[in-house]
Amino acid sequence: MKRFIGFVKKEFYHIFRDRRSLFILFGMPIAQIMLFGFAITNEINNVDIAILDHSKDATTNEIIHKISASKYFSIKQMVTREADIASVFKKGQVKAVLNFEKDFSKNLIKEHKATIQIITDATDPNTANTISNYINAILQKYQKELNNDLTITYQIVPKTRMVYNPELKSVYMFVPGVMTIILMLVSAMMTSISITREKELGTMEILLVSPLKPLQVIVGKVFPYIFLSVINAIVIVVLSIFIFKMPIEGSLLLLAFESVLFIISALALGILISTISATQQTAMMISLMGLMLPVILLSGFIFPIASMPLPLQVISNIIPAKWFIIIIKGIMLKGVGLEYVWKETLILVGMTAFFMAISVKKYKIRLE
Amino acid sequence: MFGDFAAVNAITFEVEKGEIFGFLGANGAGKTTAMKMLIGISNPTSGKATVAGFNVFTHAEDIKKNIGYMSQKFALYDDLTVTENITFFGGIYGLSRKRIKEKSEILIEELGLKNVANKLVGALPLGWKQKLSFSVALLHDPKIVFLDEPTGGVDPITRRQFWEMIYKAANQGTTVFVTTHYMDEAEYCDRVSIMVSGKIEAIDTPKKLKEQFKVNNMNDVFLKLARG
Repeated sequence: MKRFIGFVKKEFYHIFRDRRSLFILFGMPIAQIMLFGFAITNEINNVDIAILDHSKDATTNEIIHKISASKYFSIKQMVTREADIASVFKKGQVKAVLNFEKDFSKNLIKEHKATIQIITDATDPNTANTISNYINAILQKYQKELNNDLTITYQIVPKTRMVYNPELKSVYMFVPGVMTIILMLVSAMMTSISITREKELGTMEILLVSPLKPLQVIVGKVFPYIFLSVINAIVIVVLSIFIFKMPIEGSLLLLAFESVLFIISALALGILISTISATQQTAMMISLMGLMLPVILLSGFIFPIASMPLPLQVISNIIPAKWFIIIIKGIMLKGVGLEYVWKETLILVGMTAFFMAISVKKYKIRLE
Repeated sequence: MFGDFAAVNAITFEVEKGEIFGFLGANGAGKTTAMKMLIGISNPTSGKATVAGFNVFTHAEDIKKNIGYMSQKFALYDDLTVTENITFFGGIYGLSRKRIKEKSEILIEELGLKNVANKLVGALPLGWKQKLSFSVALLHDPKIVFLDEPTGGVDPITRRQFWEMIYKAANQGTTVFVTTHYMDEAEYCDRVSIMVSGKIEAIDTPKKLKEQFKVNNMNDVFLKLARG
């Protein structure tokens, strides 16, 4: 045990004295989260919209005026026919179309209720969501003004319709995705580099000649990275909760357990890579090409697996990141428990065991 | 074995306790492979070998506790300080904290590293590093220390000092098993063996070898043997 602590201490010296690895360890997760955060900014400004006004009465005029007066929207064009909406969207001229029903004022006065349809272009789901929220806010404010003077309550009913991507499938996808990438990067790439570094420098030989058992060497080398990866996972979750208001619906404990499982499987991959590469550079290239690219492209993080060609869909099954993303998406966004993700968890456990077994075997062969 | 090429083919030799044994040979003659077999990081396909009284095949773990090793490459951690390196290697050989502290004080004093004890090893000149590396290999008082071309790339003065350290260790009863390219260093050894393509072609004291081959120095002995 004392040997182990000494070993781990040494590993931490390596990590904290190397600016590059420090940057990858701590700069990267924060930078990534921030980058994605900015890409999915909640601020909108001067968004072009179109208006289809079937009523053209005092109320609709006033609403249109209020919307164009806000700094968020500028009215690009007026549409006259329902049929033109599609073509306006297709030309990409506007991000949203407001469709006022016929006899808007009349309905509002007679039935205390009038309907306005908000149609947004959801090819960019986040913007679409934000636009509809902003318009709703303007409408509500106007409604409140109306009701202030009167005893009867008028109601303007906004009906939101998202075109092109109605389910908004990728809204919070980025947090699980970034988390997966970071954990993969830190666990697999950093460990494979740190092990090959010892090989390259010749210190591995010294360690193997010492009474330390090969397994102790490996565990000693990867242990700090388990610890650091867990910290990274926590940083990512905290950032996403507080900066991006990401809801974590499910159990944090389960999330932690699944993350550790994924970290271990990534570490096993890292060890595997280190057994087949002689230099740090090779280890880095293999990690980047062999792990990072599939994680980014085939895990369903950016491109939905369902829309991939069949061969790629099949290949995606052997990527641990795919299963991990399904699991943490479920936990974070849907709040599901283990009873819903046990299958994926089991697959991940199996993969981890498999990678472990091969890397231990490979490692032994190398010794002889 | 590498394919059907035997890097080390049926070599037989014995090394006495406290002896400085020079293990010579041209590049690729099989020195390093033979040494790796003895220190337990490479498995011989057949044969019999005991190191420090333990069988290489069955008691590799016991051997590891009783040997020190210094490889061709400088192999301390550049990003650790002198003291940290000593503490780390003392630790993996299971030395107690107190013992490590005593040892490192003596060692730093002897090597004259007092001023740089808390500097990163990477900042030290190569000669100092090599001497430190040797001392670290001796930290746990091994019965045998294996040195794989320890003086490669070191200036003559440091080489001289290095050999003084080797003599000192031998006088204290440590067996020294050293490979080298420098034939003048071979003269310093109690006994040497010369390996040519996986076989030991000669083994004796430098003096007797020179008499046997009727030459004045080890360099010529080596050339005669290596050219066949």
